[in-house]
Amino acid sequence: MYNFTFHRPTGLRQAGNMLGKLEEAKILAGGQTLIPTMKLRLASPTNIIDLNAIEGELSGIELKGRSIVIGAMTRHVDVANSAVVKENLPALAYLAGLVGDPAVRHRGTLGGSIANNDPNADYPAACVGLGATIITTKGKHEADSFFKGLFETALAPDEIITKVSFPLAKKAGYEKFRNQASRFALVGVFASKRGSEIRVAVTGAGSNGVFRVPSFEEALKKRFAPKSLEGLTLPATGMNADIHGSAEYRAHLVGVMARRAVARANEGGGEGEGDE
Amino acid sequence: MPAVSMTVNGKAVTADADARTLLVQYLREGLRLTGTHVGCDTSQCGACVVHMNGKAVKACTMFAWQAEGATITTIEGLAQDGKLHPMQEAFRDNHGLQCGFCTPGMIMTAVDMVNRKGNALDDKTIRHELEGNICRCTGYHNIVKSIAAGAKAMA
Amino acid sequence: MSATGIGAAVRRKEDHRFVTGKGQYTDDINRPGQTYIYFVRSPHAHAKIKKIDGAEAKGMPGVVAVLTGADLAADKIGNLICGWAISSKDGSPMKMSAHPAIASEKANHVGDAVAVVIAETLAQAKDAGEKVKIDYEVLPAVADPAKAQAAGAPLIHDVAPNNTIYQWHLGDQKATEAAFKSANHVTKLDIVNNRLVPNAIEPRAALADYDSGNDTLTLWNTSQNPHVARLVIAAFVGMAPEHKLRVIAPDVGGGFGSKIFIYPEEVVCLWASRKVNRPVKWNSDRSEAFLTDAHGRDHVTHAEMAFDAEGRITGLRAKTIANLGAYMSTFSSSVPTYLYATLLSGQYGIPNIYCEVDAVYTNTVPVDAYRGAGRPEATFVVERLVEAGAREMSIDPADLRKKNFIKTFPHQTPVIMAYDAGDYGASLKKAQDLADVKGFAKRKRDSARNGKLRGMGYSTYIEACGIAPSQAVGSLGAGVGLWESAEVRVNPTGSVEVLTGSHSHGQGHETTFAQLVSERLGIPIENVSIVHGDTDKVQFGMGTYGSRSGAVGMTAIVKALDKVEAKAKKVAAFMLEAAEGDIEFKDGKFTVAGTDKAAAFGDVALNAYIAHKFTGAELEPGLKEGAFYDPTNFTFPAGCHICEIEIDPATGESQIVAWTAVDDFGVVINPMIVEGQVHGGIAQGVGQALYEGTVYDKEGQLVTGSYMDYAMPRADYLPSFKVDTTETKCPSNPLGIKGCGEAGAIAAPAAVMNAITDALGTEDIAMPATPAAVWRAIQKHPTRQAAE
Repeated sequence: MYNFTFHRPTGLRQAGNMLGKLEEAKILAGGQTLIPTMKLRLASPTNIIDLNAIEGELSGIELKGRSIVIGAMTRHVDVANSAVVKENLPALAYLAGLVGDPAVRHRGTLGGSIANNDPNADYPAACVGLGATIITTKGKHEADSFFKGLFETALAPDEIITKVSFPLAKKAGYEKFRNQASRFALVGVFASKRGSEIRVAVTGAGSNGVFRVPSFEEALKKRFAPKSLEGLTLPATGMNADIHGSAEYRAHLVGVMARRAVARANEGGGEGEGDE
Repeated sequence: MPAVSMTVNGKAVTADADARTLLVQYLREGLRLTGTHVGCDTSQCGACVVHMNGKAVKACTMFAWQAEGATITTIEGLAQDGKLHPMQEAFRDNHGLQCGFCTPGMIMTAVDMVNRKGNALDDKTIRHELEGNICRCTGYHNIVKSIAAGAKAMA
Repeated sequence: MSATGIGAAVRRKEDHRFVTGKGQYTDDINRPGQTYIYFVRSPHAHAKIKKIDGAEAKGMPGVVAVLTGADLAADKIGNLICGWAISSKDGSPMKMSAHPAIASEKANHVGDAVAVVIAETLAQAKDAGEKVKIDYEVLPAVADPAKAQAAGAPLIHDVAPNNTIYQWHLGDQKATEAAFKSANHVTKLDIVNNRLVPNAIEPRAALADYDSGNDTLTLWNTSQNPHVARLVIAAFVGMAPEHKLRVIAPDVGGGFGSKIFIYPEEVVCLWASRKVNRPVKWNSDRSEAFLTDAHGRDHVTHAEMAFDAEGRITGLRAKTIANLGAYMSTFSSSVPTYLYATLLSGQYGIPNIYCEVDAVYTNTVPVDAYRGAGRPEATFVVERLVEAGAREMSIDPADLRKKNFIKTFPHQTPVIMAYDAGDYGASLKKAQDLADVKGFAKRKRDSARNGKLRGMGYSTYIEACGIAPSQAVGSLGAGVGLWESAEVRVNPTGSVEVLTGSHSHGQGHETTFAQLVSERLGIPIENVSIVHGDTDKVQFGMGTYGSRSGAVGMTAIVKALDKVEAKAKKVAAFMLEAAEGDIEFKDGKFTVAGTDKAAAFGDVALNAYIAHKFTGAELEPGLKEGAFYDPTNFTFPAGCHICEIEIDPATGESQIVAWTAVDDFGVVINPMIVEGQVHGGIAQGVGQALYEGTVYDKEGQLVTGSYMDYAMPRADYLPSFKVDTTETKCPSNPLGIKGCGEAGAIAAPAAVMNAITDALGTEDIAMPATPAAVWRAIQKHPTRQAAE
């Protein structure tokens, strides 16, 4: 790893200023992606701005009206175990429990995952699949316009995610098919129903990151059930292809995972439910 | 190089570490606590698992300075007053190790697992919870057995 | 059976240090003033090295030296060697290329070392390593063994036209062809035995320390056989004479074959330590391990089996291309030849066998022995052919096996091996009962109701272990003898140290070897310690691989114990004032036949050293004996594994739902340890069959270069295993041991693939049967009802 200078701002404003001013600066949240990347010398920030010192300001889980608002520095384990999340949005707790492994979940954060926008990460599917609002030091982003392809987001260079607001859904479910090596999502599908709004968001499969599936959403409007998706397929174009699976395979898996996600949603969306 | 201080296995310690020093390097090279191992560089094998403020973390995926002021427990700190921790004893009783290299991380993960999931652990839970620890020797069979027994013994 | 003797499930003596973090692995050892070395490696699979400019690197902070292959050659450090000579069928010798520890003219695989930087810290060495400027001329590369011999393929070594190392064969071609001509049925398969990366969780490491005062070198390294490393580094590399070179292999975190070999890194560390006159430390990181540890397997095979009208196997023929990578690693040549084709008879009486093997160079990491080494490849060929043949002829696969099992011993196969003992029907029967084969049809229906495909697969495997008699392996081309040595040192107080040339890197020798001594001498197991892994302590040894430490290493201890007992009887005779011939030894006591006169083992040991009861003219004082043991045959562990698998046809994901293993390892010293060896072997075999695929792209880049892309078996990918044994004693060693270390890895891949193909109803799927591969097979052969 290349050496760097680390900074521990005592407030969010200071962190934002540092990010804007310091050369080749990177935010360090949980570090579970950034640090391995730096170890392999694939990233070489000159300055690291550590948000852990202001963790208190940036973490926490709150039910606010018809949304759950989660601080950016909230660790995956805390989302997975949160009574509030489990009761009101069990699919999100279930998803958080599938990120990485127990030790990674103790460190990794919601904000870090979203800002990184790994095309195989779980959280982008939840954000888009629920229509979340990403709140930053500079304002707000709707999830649909926040994720901009591989490892790219709508964040300005000096913008820091502070919290994410997930609207509660009547039904929500996440289904993940793992890459057997990395255990990231080869294909993950988050499906939700809130009133008449249906969302189906896919991570892992797309060659340009998380995406929605309008044809599936349309079909589910008639009836939010796996059966509604039977016979529906996605074209292989636009799908990622690598040694772990062809574009055709991923397109096929999107269908399978979508049906299973809907089934899980209909059974509550939590752990141990939804198996077909 | 700046000094970094923390409490490791009950003792206040200070050692020099530059910004890029990982917690695992701090422990192994700075403090010569070589029981914590490094088996990969992609945060997957779990040979480096230690407890920070009571929670399992991968010491290869943290900078030493991030643990400034923290309480760290490594495999060397698990046995108390010369008596093996029940989980250590269980690994020995159940042949839960062969070459021993992944073992410290396995045991630290196992203790954390019991802290979070309780003393009655079924095989499925244990296998799922071991998703961040790789063993190449045992085929996991006896590790699963060891953790189930160790969990009971910790009650 | 005593509580700590042979057959007892004794807790391991070594575990206390491992569970408390007190193991001492190579990277845990540090020397005062040590420096760190970083290897600058070729990013290209095949490239001419036109110029190396280390000037900027030399000026970087903390840098002690920047060295290249030219420096190595100037110091007359010799090349690495392959120590097993194989000749082609036309009699020509194998085409071994030069293998310098640092490439100076041409890099031949991604990861080939091109320069090294030595610095005060590892970070400084790495920083400077990036500043070594290397001007490459990139050449076309070939990674696929099936394409290496094609006209126009890039030539890797001038010494080997068409990249062909040897074209070897074994067996009677004419007789085999005749058998196929008169066959009633012929089963044919095209098989790829996938390349594997060994992945011991402890990465390789080396720490070299030059003592200028004595002009001696010490090397701590991750070795399965430190004496062999010393021999090769002294005699062939010419680093230092043997008596000036000490090799210590301390605790080693798994090997599986990959730590047998003599690698460039340890040679370079030794050389560099002398050059900079300071200790030099290298510790591989995982990414580096993927690019430098010798890989395993990598065969492309066409195989056929001939049957008569009654389903008796009348012939087997196979044509294999074996990929040995960019250079010939230490024992690489023997793996696809004498460790492979000699096992093609399996557990069956096959009258005619013919096998041709072409070994080729490619621009990939060298390939050598990996757990099982050749025998998993042979078992896979035989067991897949038998299973596919049974299906084609509509015979129950177990019945077809039983019909063809060898039932009388000794049995001479047409491919060198003479099996000495076994009862293959017994292990099959026991496995079938334990696996509840009778209930399979119902379980399959239950799975189908849940939309799942269920399959069951057998693997009745055999292996040749011990890697053994020296004269035999010598006649087949081995450059060394494959005996083992032991020394038993009885201390004056009656405690015992055993020095063994075997090396434990997870196998538990400190316990099992002590069990043998405890039982034999009638002393508590706590009073026995096992010393291994240090060339200054142990006189010589061949190390641990090929499941040989029990059958060969322990037998050497038995031979030394025989001598200790004989000597002790002499001492006891003086003590008890009796004739030597009247002394009996049992349960730790020396007695005079027909009297109540007795002396305890400890008293006899003390008297051997105080030497008050006899004169120097009558008897030499002391109680220490050594022995070398050279076996008279290989050993032949065999058994039956049954895998039951469930496939989700919607995703292609397989889950092993049951595993039954019944193995005949001869006499078992410690059943707990033996079961552990079986578990681990199965996991590696399952890894090969379902998860582990090593992928090179067309340019020779390793695509699966980390755990992000190379799938390791994880806890939730595997079931708990049902493991049991049958026993026929090995007649060629006094303990009756056959060896157990590799069985699981040998048996498992065929069992898994026989189960998968059973579930899918097609033979058209290769290892690793990943979800994507299974799904593709289902799309291609939609013979079964998909669940969704």
